[in-house]
Amino acid sequence: MLYRTGPLILVFGTALLLIIAFFIPHKPFGDLEARFLNWYAIISGFTFLLGLDSLARHHLIKIVRREKGWFYSLLLVTSLFGTLFWGLYSWIRYASPFALNAPFMWLYKFMIIPLQATMFATLAFFIFSAAYRAFRVRNLAATLLLIAACMVMLGNVPIGSSIWAGISWLIHQIFPNTNLEILKRWELFAAAKDWLMAIPQAAAGRGIGIGLALGGIAMSLRIILGIERTYLSS
Amino acid sequence: MPITWTIGILVSGLIAPPESLLLRDNPNDQGRAIFISWVCPQTESITGFRIFRACSLPGKFIALNRELIIGTEYLDSDTMLCDGVPYYYFIRVYSAYDSVDSPVSGPVVSSAQWFNTDRINVLVLAIIINGLFIFYLLRARHNTRMFIRKINGLDAIDEALGRATEMGKPVLFSFGLGYITDMVVIAALPILRRIASKTAQYAVRLIVPNSDPLVMTTAQETVKEAYTEAGRPDLYNQDNISFLTSDQFGYAAGVDGIILREKPGAIFWLGYFYAESLIMAETGHSIGAIQLAGTTETTQLPFFVAACDYTMIGEEIYAASCYLKPEPIMLGTIKGEDFIKFLLIILISSTVFLGTAGRLLANEAPFLNNLFMAIVNWFIPKS
Amino acid sequence: MKPTFLPVWRTLASIDRRIIYLLLTIVVVLPLIIHPKIKVRVSEPVRAAFESIEKLPQNSVVMISIDFDPSSAPEVQPMLIAILRHCFKKNLKVILTGQLALGLPLGEIALNQVSGEYNKVYGRDYVNIGYRPGSTALMVGIGREIRDFFKTDYRGVPLDSFEFMRRVHNYHDIALLVTLAHGAVADAWIQYAGARFNQKIIVGCTGVNAPNMYQYLSAQQITGLIGGLQGASEYETLVEKPGAATLGMPAQSTAHALLIILLIIGNIGFILSKKKI
Repeated sequence: MLYRTGPLILVFGTALLLIIAFFIPHKPFGDLEARFLNWYAIISGFTFLLGLDSLARHHLIKIVRREKGWFYSLLLVTSLFGTLFWGLYSWIRYASPFALNAPFMWLYKFMIIPLQATMFATLAFFIFSAAYRAFRVRNLAATLLLIAACMVMLGNVPIGSSIWAGISWLIHQIFPNTNLEILKRWELFAAAKDWLMAIPQAAAGRGIGIGLALGGIAMSLRIILGIERTYLSS
Repeated sequence: MPITWTIGILVSGLIAPPESLLLRDNPNDQGRAIFISWVCPQTESITGFRIFRACSLPGKFIALNRELIIGTEYLDSDTMLCDGVPYYYFIRVYSAYDSVDSPVSGPVVSSAQWFNTDRINVLVLAIIINGLFIFYLLRARHNTRMFIRKINGLDAIDEALGRATEMGKPVLFSFGLGYITDMVVIAALPILRRIASKTAQYAVRLIVPNSDPLVMTTAQETVKEAYTEAGRPDLYNQDNISFLTSDQFGYAAGVDGIILREKPGAIFWLGYFYAESLIMAETGHSIGAIQLAGTTETTQLPFFVAACDYTMIGEEIYAASCYLKPEPIMLGTIKGEDFIKFLLIILISSTVFLGTAGRLLANEAPFLNNLFMAIVNWFIPKS
Repeated sequence: MKPTFLPVWRTLASIDRRIIYLLLTIVVVLPLIIHPKIKVRVSEPVRAAFESIEKLPQNSVVMISIDFDPSSAPEVQPMLIAILRHCFKKNLKVILTGQLALGLPLGEIALNQVSGEYNKVYGRDYVNIGYRPGSTALMVGIGREIRDFFKTDYRGVPLDSFEFMRRVHNYHDIALLVTLAHGAVADAWIQYAGARFNQKIIVGCTGVNAPNMYQYLSAQQITGLIGGLQGASEYETLVEKPGAATLGMPAQSTAHALLIILLIIGNIGFILSKKKI
């Protein structure tokens, strides 16, 4: 019974203590928040050993048993421990693995930065294929979304100014009474983008944010009161 | 005194000492801090101020700051300061050629406070909100029939699992980059349990790649228990719930690799995602998997809506455990949430109306604008 | 057997993704080779960020927090370089720190590059206090005393060895905090340093995160926002020193134009397909 109720009592007690401590600056309550955050940082640091164990064991077994893809597992294990030891060597020799003249910085500048930046860059390709597939004028809402997306895309880049300059010239040709310079300065796409980002987009974001905050409070209350127990082992 | 100084003083005039030296215990803190403010009658030719403190009169005054202060306020939170001990202060103002002291002021005593009055607004709101939640929780015990609207994403779980089973393909579940402390990860656990239970019944492989070791451990426990409850503990394989990497794009690359090799029939993206969300979701789309997503990261929702078949928006994912096992006491919190949202709509609308009216009738009814600002300022956190 | 071709409208509505990727590659690579000149229009949020630094008096202390990692470097690193140039041009003192250990070397690389351009000396004009674990505890702790978390710089030299650091104890002594973030760290700085200690903050972030930051900008919880490569190029324009971001704007322009063309083509095909049905 204690196996089940012990953690629930611990969760309830800790939550209550931290809520009370939020309002009491006097010692020992004032420091509690920072102290708990530090404890969490220490514990989560040690949990990386768990992850390292899981990763290394999984791939070492694959290598030993020569399972399908064992060579890639060998590459992974070599890279993992190679990076670790290279960093440690740089730390010992140069007081920091990230010192500009440390050998680890070579790995950082010529492998980590290009690899991570490349992965982020592939997002552009996927956005293209997803947008091409998703932005269809199925109904009024979808059409409005498409128009807004195009306005924001044009407002975000200098080519939008050039396109608006061309449109201004066309308008001036059709209605010669209009002042071309004032029209050009209007920068419709940029102005529309600024307005869309600052007003409707922010409003919708805030609305979802308020809902999320309330949902989070409800979820927290369920956890504190022991109604939500899925995180516990049965 | 050097001649240049004499000439300088004669030309610029003597500087006036600081006035109205105000000393008070710094409010709403854990003590050992004194707030000092003063008025400087002349600001031209002033290079800065130095604060001096002593424990007694007469006593030895020590300078608190080596570098001169430019403003007219200072918070003395020196480690040598003790609560309950009276202190005396004076301020020395410097110009290029001269310096002059203010009169000594004090005594002032620092102390710790038992309640942070700057957070009264948070306390009031917390009592109201939590009180309403608890009210609906208690009411739910007596009301066994509570309505919750359809959440398409959650209804589609069985459909997705059925499709994967028919195609003989595995199922993939991802928490994204969430930690176990993230609400959304805890909210996704009941969904994982349900999926694990179904995959155990249908003898379909469940793959759960993780970016956090603690989440991995919790996922392993959840899946193992679900398989045991379904009567198929033999099907549980710990290697299917593994740690990949905590690096964002390393995780995305790893998951993409798993998707392209294993070709799952159904993919569940339920957790905390950043920019890598579309990379993974598009890869899932490219292999024809049925995809279901839910995240609280609002910037990623549009990507999931574009790439996935079903997306849970906002707090729908928090309602998952209440929806999958609709016990009245769980639904009570959802009802409480809805009521609070309703109250917030009324509050925000009336405040907006008040602010607009206050602006339009600024001359005729200035009290409207004052009332609006008072309401807005009450909500602003002070510390 | 004769090959069958889809009707044109079905083709327009379902262009193979590989063709889309190829077109994208061409429209991005070509401008990077040709380097067309392009005029960048400065938006209000970026101008506000610029003015926040511009109106700081000489010798004010600016803390720059590197909260992005190498994946966001192409977007955010140009912002960092432009901001450093601005700070050094105005003779402001810079403290570099960060919440992501893997991002700090990027800050060090930028400092090394820009300090040489303005003859700035480490210790006299700028200091790198490095990374410490602690996240939100650290953000709150700096509000009390920075030395509770950072007793030394990233090389182990005590902070009080640096002349300008002797007068920096907490947020009161920091005129402006610049957070260059790619995730939720900017939100944390705003909630802790901004809300609790009234620290003035400007945010530089990736284009994906920028929509989230507009809420804080309109609520005046931040004094400026630099979003994505576009924002970085606008800031480079304001400091009058074009860099990598300005070089990338033609490519971004052509990519956006291609996407709009594809959307138009796709929707024409979609509408025609519906009519034929």
